[in-house]
Amino acid sequence: MIDFLFYVFAALAVAGALGMLLNTRNAVAGALSLVGTMVALGAIYVLLEAYLVGVLQILVYAGAIVVLFLFVVMLLNLRQDEFSPERLRITKIVSVVIGALVGIELLVLLPAALGPAAVLPEGFGGYRMVGAALFTDWVLAFEVTSLLLLAAMVGAVILAKRRID
Amino acid sequence: MLVEKAVALSAILFVLGTLGALTRRNLIVILMSIELMLNAVNLALVAFSRQWGDLAGHVFVLMVIVVAAAEVAVGLGIVIALFRNRESVNVEDSSLLKW
Amino acid sequence: MVDAQTFALLRWIVLLPLLAAAVHGISLAWLRRPLSRWATIILSCGAPILSFVLAFAALLKLATLPADHRYLTDTLFTWMGAGSFSADAAFLFDPLSAVMTLVVTGVGSLIHVYSVGYMDDDHREDRGFQRFFCFLNLFLFSMLALVLADNLVLMFLGWEGVGLCSYLLIGFWYADRWNAYCGSKAFIVNRIGDFGFLIGIFLLFWALAEVDAATVSFRELAAALPKIAEQTVTLPGWLGWLPGAPTWKLTTLIGLCFFLGAAGKSAQIPLYVWLPDAMAGPTPVSALIHAATMVTAGVYMVCRMSFLYAEAPGASAVIAWTGVLTAVLAAVIAIAQTDIKKVLAYSTVSQLGYMFLAAGCGAYSAAIFHVVTHAFFKALLFLGSGAVILAMHHEQDTDKMGGLRAQIPWTHRWFGIGVLAIAGIPPFSGFFSKDEILLSAHLAHGVPGYEALYALALATAGLTAFYMFRLHYRTFAGEFRGTSEQRAHVHEPVQWILTPLALLGALSFLGGWLGPSAAFTSWLGVDPAQSNSFANFLAPALHGIHHEVSHATEWALAALALAVSGAGILLATWLYVWRPELPARIRAAIGGLHRLVANKFYVDELYDALFVRPLVAVSEGLLYRTIDAGLIDGVAVNGSARLVRGFATGVLRQLQSGYAQAYLVVMLIGTILVAVMVMR
Repeated sequence: MIDFLFYVFAALAVAGALGMLLNTRNAVAGALSLVGTMVALGAIYVLLEAYLVGVLQILVYAGAIVVLFLFVVMLLNLRQDEFSPERLRITKIVSVVIGALVGIELLVLLPAALGPAAVLPEGFGGYRMVGAALFTDWVLAFEVTSLLLLAAMVGAVILAKRRID
Repeated sequence: MLVEKAVALSAILFVLGTLGALTRRNLIVILMSIELMLNAVNLALVAFSRQWGDLAGHVFVLMVIVVAAAEVAVGLGIVIALFRNRESVNVEDSSLLKW
Repeated sequence: MVDAQTFALLRWIVLLPLLAAAVHGISLAWLRRPLSRWATIILSCGAPILSFVLAFAALLKLATLPADHRYLTDTLFTWMGAGSFSADAAFLFDPLSAVMTLVVTGVGSLIHVYSVGYMDDDHREDRGFQRFFCFLNLFLFSMLALVLADNLVLMFLGWEGVGLCSYLLIGFWYADRWNAYCGSKAFIVNRIGDFGFLIGIFLLFWALAEVDAATVSFRELAAALPKIAEQTVTLPGWLGWLPGAPTWKLTTLIGLCFFLGAAGKSAQIPLYVWLPDAMAGPTPVSALIHAATMVTAGVYMVCRMSFLYAEAPGASAVIAWTGVLTAVLAAVIAIAQTDIKKVLAYSTVSQLGYMFLAAGCGAYSAAIFHVVTHAFFKALLFLGSGAVILAMHHEQDTDKMGGLRAQIPWTHRWFGIGVLAIAGIPPFSGFFSKDEILLSAHLAHGVPGYEALYALALATAGLTAFYMFRLHYRTFAGEFRGTSEQRAHVHEPVQWILTPLALLGALSFLGGWLGPSAAFTSWLGVDPAQSNSFANFLAPALHGIHHEVSHATEWALAALALAVSGAGILLATWLYVWRPELPARIRAAIGGLHRLVANKFYVDELYDALFVRPLVAVSEGLLYRTIDAGLIDGVAVNGSARLVRGFATGVLRQLQSGYAQAYLVVMLIGTILVAVMVMR
């Protein structure tokens, strides 16, 4: 049963990715395909017993980041003809080659068989355990990322501010 | 079993993201492809975390999400500033850093 | 060993002229305010005169010392020190250097005074007067450093210094390109000799270092030489044709190297070619440097190293033969020269040959004696010729002179004394010194072919008398052959010039009585032990060979030499006074031979073709154009720059396309590689 669900969501994720990539005319449509991918991935996280992460994936990624993309697209008012036409063939070939290389490498690095999965303690992946880990073992990373967010906030505001000329 | 399939899916998504970042000329689409790559990495992290029962993977994923958010914010800020100056989000139009 | 006596005033003998030169240099080059004429005269003539006084005082002190410790020293500072070896800036005043110092400062002072009168005529450039005296003083410093040096290194400093000053003074009127060329020629030929000198120093030092006696100080060298006196060197196969091959004594090799240096400085075969051309300089320069002092530095050096040559019979033989051959060659060339100064220049070369003949036969004191008398009469002759040149308004060709006896009588008289002295007529000084040399050649059984040596030396004496009287007659006797305006200009020179001439004339007359041999003084009733005082005085400093010879032999040889000289004088008188039309007819009859001799046997042209031209061609064509400009500049320097630039422009620049995605590609390639490496 879980396998079946996994295949469904995997297919959804790939379809969404392809939809974003291959769409050359409509930016908003591309962004919404990405949303689909994000949601499918969130579901897969749940299947992998990463409950908190899965929820946060949908909340933050699908709900905030892609929305931010949509905001910008609409702000810049990009129309169809803004999208690029035919690309140089050489670049496509190079990209395909690189992509193939990356893919081969990843799949080669894929372990043949990982053996049985570990027995998970009760509450693994839930908010209680993840939160405890976050605030004890990984508290430094936690604090640093908050600073990172501060920096990003300031940077984004300054970059996007309209000049007062 | 499930873990291996998840990792394979992660590889596929990563490749798709790479292709998108290399091929597309629209800055927004490139940024979205980069997000796709980050997601693929997240998936791999979660899968391995499941395999070995270590919560560090989950924490790492949370950090990646935060970084991705910050990166998108700043990156889109740059896109906006760039658009204001050039009236275009074509990556080829902002290739001044050359010889 | 008794400590050497130090005499702190010794340093001032050397340093006073240096100070004078330094003052001139500062005033001319730095402050750019020339001194007044009287200030220059007092400074530049005062320094050598003071040095002479100090040298004389040192001589008096020296005479009080016992014979085996007859030397004074003065050390300024340690110049070079390495471990137990040190070469100091130190001076040595023993009989040999005493004689040389007195000659250099004495004759030098006279010539400085003479120059005041001579250079006053110089209208060619302002400041020529002071610049001249600056160089003269600098020369005097170098020469005194040379003769008073306590070690080979300081001597070499003086050696090079006199070479430099010679260059500066020969090319004094440098606006004329020929003068500059002559100065360069002198310097370059000297340097070839200096190469030999240096190799000699190195060889000697190295050989002594092998026996743990490394030193360059003369006294220590003399003491240490026996340690290497028997060593031999094996010549390489391709030198097997040299006499005495394949094994030579090491001392012979070192002696020959030093002699090469002496040949360069003292104008012997094959390095004499610079001296005749050095006459391009002002006449006082010719007198001082190229007659009395610098050219005798080579003789001095050989005598100073007499301890070495005493152990190197092969080198001594070479020196003797080179000396006599040079004497003959130069005398023959002098017969056909018409320029006053050229005749005197070749005469100098010839007389230097005599000195080396004596040194090669082991009679070092005779060589030094001739140095002294030659300084007197050759300086007199040059200064006299300078007076003639001034009178003829810078005309030097004797073809245009003649009959000047009536118009410049005093110059005529002093010049005549010099001519008599050099021709070896008693009781003038030249007779005594030349006789000593001929005697030593006659007795030099150690030199192969010494009978021929004597014969050639005797013949040269006759030639010398002939060409000197020829010169005298052509200048002063007969009818005036110049233009009428030249005749109107002829006048006796100023007192600045006449006084040194007079003093030198007196010295040329009396100087021989410094050291006549016992044979000549016995009939005067002089105690034999007192005579030959010159040789006795010098004996502690030299390692000469002493011969016992009967007075009768000496008288016989002296008479023979006098006869030969007399014959030369008679021939000259016949050709140039009684039958003045004969020389032109003889010249026409032997036209080719005369041209050959008058053109100095084309030696200069030979050297030019053999050495100068190929060297210039190689330097310019090969080394400069091909290697320096083409290879090093073009290929190595510019070529590598072009290569880098081409690579950067053609290849590396293309990578900076400005496309972010191209950079991404490169990043991914890098990442793949890193991952692969990590996974291995």
